[in-house]
Amino acid sequence: MAEVEETLKRIQSQNGVQGIIIINSEGIPIKTTLDNASTVQYAGLIHQLVMKARSTVRDIDPQNDLTFLRIRSKKNEIMIAPDKDYFLIVIQNPSD
Amino acid sequence: MEIVHVYTKLHSEFGRQCLFSDRPAELLVDVPADQSLASQFTQRTRRDQSLQASRDMSEHRVNTKRFESESCGLNHEEGGWPKDVNHQVMEQTIRFRKKVEKDESYINSILQLGSVMEHCIRQNNAVDIYQDCFEDGEMPEEHQEPPSAKTINVFRDPNELKRTVTGLSWHPDGGEKLAAAYSCLEFQKTSRDMSLDSYIWDIENPNRPELSLKPASPLVCLEYNPKDCHSLVGGSYNGQIAYWDSRRGSQPVETSSVEHSHRDPVYKIIWLQSKTGTDTFSASTDGQVLWWDVRKLSEPTERLVLDPSREGNPERALGAISLDFESTMPTKFMVGTEQGLVVSCNRKAKTPTEKVVCTYDGHQGPVYALQRNPFFPKNFLTVGDWTARIWSEDIKESSIMWTKYQMSYLMDACWSPVRPSVFFTVKMDGVLDMWDILFKQNDPTLSLKVCDEALYSLRLQDNGRLVACGSQQGEATLLEISSGLSTLQKNEKSLLAAMFERETKREKILEARQREIRLKERSRSEQSRSEDGGREDIDQSPLQLMARAEEDFYVLTETEKKGKEREDQDLSSEL
Repeated sequence: MAEVEETLKRIQSQNGVQGIIIINSEGIPIKTTLDNASTVQYAGLIHQLVMKARSTVRDIDPQNDLTFLRIRSKKNEIMIAPDKDYFLIVIQNPSD
Repeated sequence: MEIVHVYTKLHSEFGRQCLFSDRPAELLVDVPADQSLASQFTQRTRRDQSLQASRDMSEHRVNTKRFESESCGLNHEEGGWPKDVNHQVMEQTIRFRKKVEKDESYINSILQLGSVMEHCIRQNNAVDIYQDCFEDGEMPEEHQEPPSAKTINVFRDPNELKRTVTGLSWHPDGGEKLAAAYSCLEFQKTSRDMSLDSYIWDIENPNRPELSLKPASPLVCLEYNPKDCHSLVGGSYNGQIAYWDSRRGSQPVETSSVEHSHRDPVYKIIWLQSKTGTDTFSASTDGQVLWWDVRKLSEPTERLVLDPSREGNPERALGAISLDFESTMPTKFMVGTEQGLVVSCNRKAKTPTEKVVCTYDGHQGPVYALQRNPFFPKNFLTVGDWTARIWSEDIKESSIMWTKYQMSYLMDACWSPVRPSVFFTVKMDGVLDMWDILFKQNDPTLSLKVCDEALYSLRLQDNGRLVACGSQQGEATLLEISSGLSTLQKNEKSLLAAMFERETKREKILEARQREIRLKERSRSEQSRSEDGGREDIDQSPLQLMARAEEDFYVLTETEKKGKEREDQDLSSEL
């Protein structure tokens, strides 16, 4: 429990990190540093995207699996680390 | 008739072997044609008939019913929560979350994911992995593709009785909307059933206008306020001005009073640059240019009568058909008239005589369009009769450049907002012409037939790529121009400046020469007058002239007669 907190704190302290969200496999946000409205929005949208990405990777090669998903946009980068039951989402604004 | 062949054979010869031999053909029967039977028959007229040994098919056309679709957003509510947790209640959600956080698998997976994530974050901070390593700079698209334009959408007047699109205006903010003014400008062709509405179209949806504006009388011109994207002002057929706010709906927020408005259709209305952002001015063929403040449309703030003799006499005023106002020169404006003159006026002049600064006489017909070049405000474009002319402000005698006489009447023109040497014109035969004067001066660079009927109005969007033109049958066509005609070429501005200067100088020289010639003639005629001492009476009355002509005539006939008599005498003497 404390390690989880420590990990999240470490991530939060990195340069340019704007927010962290942890959602479970049903799309329910477990832990978040953003406001509720944004969290719900991110949770709903990213959940669907990760499902789609994962199914794409597995369709092409059933032995393969999704390990990481990065979405780079004009303003920031959304990084998603998927797991069997949970997703860790970090929104970062790269300093350069 | 029976054909019978009889052959006989002796009984003793029966049973003898057959001996076959060849012999030539023998004509047995010949049945000649009997002409008398021909009277029982008549000859049938020859005709071609086609036959085909196949199944009978018929052609049938089917058009599916238009599928009306509307896009609207969906509102997602939070979902996914298990049945026993009511996500509105904070307590229950917190309890659920705390339960999950205590779960073993949660802790393990988060630790693992955390390390992966940290690696990527650090990577991001260290190096920008998405940076452009090989910056090519501006890729010059020198593909030299031929200029082209393609139609994107056509917006048709939804009413039964089609009216002409007389005015077009783009939405100032990005240009996703197009306001079109519909009216019937033909004399007495408006019927009672004709709708008075004008529409605002969303360029993505040509099926239905986004907003319809309902004035008291059809609108001839319509303009969006360049500063405020919701307000529009329109000039109508009966001379009134109306002001709309597109958030407030279809009815005008305010309309000017009939007594103080124009007495003829308002052909052009333009927004002015002012601190309040609510000033406009309008022009009409009744010879007046009126200034309005849209907050108070009951009376115009200022009035100008377009009298060339500068007396402010409304009887002699010229009817105004087009207006031009450049925000970089806020005190000057120009009016194009029905009589073919372009009048340049100064708004800040103290006396009405000084308001009209100068006139340019160019066209034989009404000046339908007038616009300054956005890059070279000293030069302006006018369109009227069958030519388009470019003028320089300094040269008042004639235009510096003009197109040759076209096959049909030019109705509207406008400069491209991105390329200083490109302008567009529309004609009465439905053709849209694009002229690039740096490339070719004699002919349009691109000529497109947009529709079969006359095109009445034209407007370019601020990005220079989209063109809207309106036709007589109420169709507004949206075209996209190829990038060649809408991207600034290098050196274009300097080349065009050089061209304008050259033409201006040429006109100046011609003007000076004309003046010289005139002066010389005048001085010569003065000289001859003083020499002859009254014989060459310049201002003779018509009666005197007639008397002199008669005299000359009689003198001439007398001499001829005498000449003839002498000839006859000579002839007779010879004989």
